Amino acid sequence: MTITQQIITIGLCVIGTMITRFLPFIVFKADKPTPEYIQYLGKALPAAIFGMLVIYCLKDVSVFSGSHGLPEAIAIAVVIALHLWKRKMLFSIAGGTLVYMILVQFLF
Amino acid sequence: MNVKGFSFVYPMLMSLTIFGGSLEFVTVSMLLSSFAPLQTFILTLMIQARHLFYGISMLEKYKNTGWKKIYLIFGMCDESFSINYSTDVPEDVDKGWFMFWVTFLNHMYWFTGSTIGGLVGSLFTFNTEGLSFVMTAMFVVIFLDQWLKEKQHISSLIGVFASLICLMIFGSDNFMIPTMICIIVTLSLLRKPIGDKEDSV
Repeated sequence: MTITQQIITIGLCVIGTMITRFLPFIVFKADKPTPEYIQYLGKALPAAIFGMLVIYCLKDVSVFSGSHGLPEAIAIAVVIALHLWKRKMLFSIAGGTLVYMILVQFLF
Repeated sequence: MNVKGFSFVYPMLMSLTIFGGSLEFVTVSMLLSSFAPLQTFILTLMIQARHLFYGISMLEKYKNTGWKKIYLIFGMCDESFSINYSTDVPEDVDKGWFMFWVTFLNHMYWFTGSTIGGLVGSLFTFNTEGLSFVMTAMFVVIFLDQWLKEKQHISSLIGVFASLICLMIFGSDNFMIPTMICIIVTLSLLRKPIGDKEDSV
């Protein structure tokens, strides 16, 4: 690829991304009331999105080969346990990640 | 990108302008293959389609934020959205500025991290294997917070199971769009039961 082609490629990634981020705000303008159905989706969607993002992060984990997703399962259990215990976001994230790193580097 | 022979300018500029981790990784492989603008554009829309959901969820929250709104939408990556949506901003703090700083700091951390990685990435000798779990851990915590806060778990469960089922059927490269369609359809069908309970939240 030439430099120009590279710039076009990156530019298209930027434009595509911005379309997906701006489109809802352009379609449903702030000065007009948002349709009730969209308002409902706005309230009901986030919970589903968070579930989707968790699975998205785990999409390349193979349950049938390698370590069978055990390090992920253990580390997620640690995150949940730490979070239920202290409710400190950074503490739960750091603790779980540390456990995961130890697991994949030394045990699995 | 360092390993693939790119100058640090690439990750630096991409982190500033695209500001979305998963796509930036794909962009690297696009830059390494032959020039295919249409394919690049379509692939981008498909990978980034989940932002449409973020936008719909943030329509109300980003209202009345003035000039900051443009930047808030520009910087609405997975992390900015998740934090801005799920954090209860204290009454005496301006919500617009709070969300602005969350987005801006996210943007700057990502930018500095990408640039430093591009400059001296190959000099890091300690074993970072598993560090990326930080993302998973963050979304697990946000999911858990949402779970503890909500009155019913229908939507949360739909998100998890629609993703799992689509992942099994379509595989890890192609499951996001089918998942999003499943979520929209299921939520629309269950509008009555979920909507009634949502109102009391």
